[in-house]
Amino acid sequence: MDLHDHDSTPDLSREPLPYSRRLFVRQGIALASMSATVPWFVQGSARAAMLPVGSLVSERPGIDEGRVLVVVQLGGGNDGLNTVVPHGSDAYYRVRPTLAIPKPGASGGAIALDGADGLGLHPEFAPLKELYDEGRLSIVQGVGYPNPNRSHFASMDIWHSASPEGPGRGGWLGRYFDNTCAGRPEPEAGVAIGREAPLAMVGDATKPVTFESEELFRWSGEDLHPLLAAKYREISRQGELEGVDERSQLAFLTRTALDAQVSSDRIRAAVSVDPLVRYPQGNLARQLQVVGAMIRAGLRTRVYYVTLGGFDTHAGQQRSHGTLLRQVATALRAFQSDLARQGNDGRVVTMVFSEFGRRVAQNASGGTDHGAAAPMFLIGPAVRPGVLGNHPSLEDLDRGDLKFGVDFRSVYAGLLEDWLQAPSEAVLQGRFRKAELLRA
Amino acid sequence: MNRAMRRLDDPLRPLPAREFGFWEARHLLFRAGFGGTPEQVRAIAGLGLEGAVDYLLDWDEIPAKPVEADLFDKDIMRSPTPAEQQAAQRARRENDQVFLDQLQQERQQRQREDRQQLDALRKWWLARVIETGRPLQERLTLFWHGHFATGYREIEDSWMLFQQNQFFRTNAAGNFATLVRGIVRDPAMLKYLNNDRNVRRSPNENLARELMELFTLGEGNGYTERDIKEAARALTGYGIDDDAFAFRRVAHDDGTKTILGRSGPFDGESLVGLLLAQRACREFIALKLHRHFVNDLPGEPSKEDQAAILAMADLLRRSDFELKPMLRRLFTSRHFYAPRHEGAVVKAPVDLIATSIRSLQLPVRPLSVLLSASDLMGQSLFQPPSVKGWPGGRTWINTSTLFVRQNLLVYLVTGRSPGGLGAAADPTPYDPRPLVAALAGAEGADSDSAQATAERLLRFCLGATPHPSRVAAVRRLVEQTGERLDRDRTLALLCLVTAMPEYQLA
Repeated sequence: MDLHDHDSTPDLSREPLPYSRRLFVRQGIALASMSATVPWFVQGSARAAMLPVGSLVSERPGIDEGRVLVVVQLGGGNDGLNTVVPHGSDAYYRVRPTLAIPKPGASGGAIALDGADGLGLHPEFAPLKELYDEGRLSIVQGVGYPNPNRSHFASMDIWHSASPEGPGRGGWLGRYFDNTCAGRPEPEAGVAIGREAPLAMVGDATKPVTFESEELFRWSGEDLHPLLAAKYREISRQGELEGVDERSQLAFLTRTALDAQVSSDRIRAAVSVDPLVRYPQGNLARQLQVVGAMIRAGLRTRVYYVTLGGFDTHAGQQRSHGTLLRQVATALRAFQSDLARQGNDGRVVTMVFSEFGRRVAQNASGGTDHGAAAPMFLIGPAVRPGVLGNHPSLEDLDRGDLKFGVDFRSVYAGLLEDWLQAPSEAVLQGRFRKAELLRA
Repeated sequence: MNRAMRRLDDPLRPLPAREFGFWEARHLLFRAGFGGTPEQVRAIAGLGLEGAVDYLLDWDEIPAKPVEADLFDKDIMRSPTPAEQQAAQRARRENDQVFLDQLQQERQQRQREDRQQLDALRKWWLARVIETGRPLQERLTLFWHGHFATGYREIEDSWMLFQQNQFFRTNAAGNFATLVRGIVRDPAMLKYLNNDRNVRRSPNENLARELMELFTLGEGNGYTERDIKEAARALTGYGIDDDAFAFRRVAHDDGTKTILGRSGPFDGESLVGLLLAQRACREFIALKLHRHFVNDLPGEPSKEDQAAILAMADLLRRSDFELKPMLRRLFTSRHFYAPRHEGAVVKAPVDLIATSIRSLQLPVRPLSVLLSASDLMGQSLFQPPSVKGWPGGRTWINTSTLFVRQNLLVYLVTGRSPGGLGAAADPTPYDPRPLVAALAGAEGADSDSAQATAERLLRFCLGATPHPSRVAAVRRLVEQTGERLDRDRTLALLCLVTAMPEYQLA
């Protein structure tokens, strides 16, 4: 299946377009200052606090059907070749004498994919094969960018900022929030599970709600004494102070304090409900369970962000990679089942990426070193199922690495335009041909 | 116009000396320094307005920990020697995989060591900010780091960042022209904005663009894309040799360029001269400093603020970009102390950490935890989120960073394990009695009752005139917990007061 005429790599030497970051940035600032005069936070939170959980699924115009994007980041550089296995390629078995996944049918062999000759999935990805068969999985092959950077940090920053040409201006999802929240920053528009806010979610005016565990998304002073907790709540719940100019910093802070209290209560209440399906053990499953709970509770969050690290498999890859993939597949499968049971799967698309794939040839330590292009995964009933794009050649390499066929910004553009319904050019600060990722 | 009239007209006319008391001194210390104890506030007030501002600005007279040259290792990320380069080339040619693997392992080892050194550098700087006797110098060093933003990930050389940090410190309140001239020759900046790849045959516009847009003129202020292209030519050949600036004559385009309507064989130096001569430049810098020191409300500055900013810009022009005369006028002006600017600046994360520890005399808890907290609050030293630095103001605050801020204060005050910071409890106890005693002394100890003490703590933390509902909240808490403010109750009170929205403002 063809994604688009991907042999034409996006032209990066382009002239700045008329609707450039300049205009966009100015607009972003104007919106931020406008919001200062609209006490929407208070209304939004206060109203939200009064409505029963479950009735919050957006009724506001502009948030069509409450569509949600869930981003799953695999940190360290996932080995794409052993995830989506080119078992039809002799070269694959030649350069990976001990690491290659055997052909389908052999013991520990790849799982063949119907309709994708010579391609299979790692055996631990069996739960995702179910999604594939149900038409809920899309595999985008050979995703990367020009002049690939092989440093974890630098390449991750490139994916986050969508700016391979040099230091970017915040994250792509942050710019999406800045650009589309239309002067009404929603306190929970973006939620990232983890300690630090991922750069991808950081915009000029918008920062994601970030917490490692929902139990930490609250004031820790509450534990000191019940009386103190009560006083704190009283102060936070005040929302506005008599005689304080609503445009002042103090008014902004008191509104945010109210929002924080309301969000904290809502998120912790949402997560305390038992999920509809059993999630497996593991860090990723725990995070997705929290996300599932928040989606079920009808938070107005547009983008959730979760991460799993450990994919930097330089040595002894065989066991560690299988364990990681099992964790990924079982967690994603449980998450999809949860969403389906909730009746929310139709409004959620999950995107899985890593900062790079790995070197085609295995190294001397039974592992693989930092590489370049790799597959991405999109999950949900809305995605265009199957294998998209062509598998990169294992013979025609760039310094030992796969050449990319799809620029990751085309994938972002497709998700922005067709799923989040946002102008990708303004968000990506450049024009990228959008990949067709959704069912027609 | 007579002299008196002119003075009334001057947006930066001085505050009458007699109006400079305890609360004005506190304001000055929180805005132009990193706060201070009640005794320090009183001492600064005692110097009088001009004396206090001189004390902060003329910091050369205050002893400071020297920055030893061998504080950090210069050579962790050094360039390979010619012999090493040849050996690597030979190995690649002969496909000597064992040797190539060894080289890669060595490189990764050096990168690990360099990241450790960056961590040490971050700790060293934060400790300096917390401890310094020259708070305005460190505050401005941090300001320039945000203005001329550079991030470690793109540079991967901690020594370069240390050198840059020292350059900002040395010129913190020096001359803005010196700062800009230095930054176009600064190895960290050249690497960050890829100017080491800006060569005659294929100019790279990154540095030229940010030089105009972010460092001197401001977004869209009177230059065109064409000017950027031409300016990029002027900066060709500005590269790096190991970790020092190198001008590569062969890569430099010495042809005629037309920039901002002027033509000539401009290089980086003369390009900077052209930019500094623009009215937009001094106004842009004045605006940014005004946002930092006076008022960072979003949107257009008010009429009065605009007048003050223009006056600041004019002082820059008259002093050829010397910063001290302008800052001295600002800090002694009535404008700076105007009630409407109280609480008009959101504390940056480093600001929150340093002012809290310095003002409340809190124990310095492990620096690694404080740095993590700063990261979580959105300010990673040596890793701003983008070339634009930290946008500051309200962007520091959202629902999750607000919790981190409040919880950090609970940790600082009580030492209890800070949720979300992945750190254990810190056993160092905090004794608030010296603070309480000093505050009693500050106001003539009108009363030693628990109520009076609590209100003094509230005012010292939030400013002279807290909202009546805050006073009422503190009163009720004291009533409900009994009439005695022992250590535990004082700590609880401080946790509550520092969790109030006002505490995030200066």
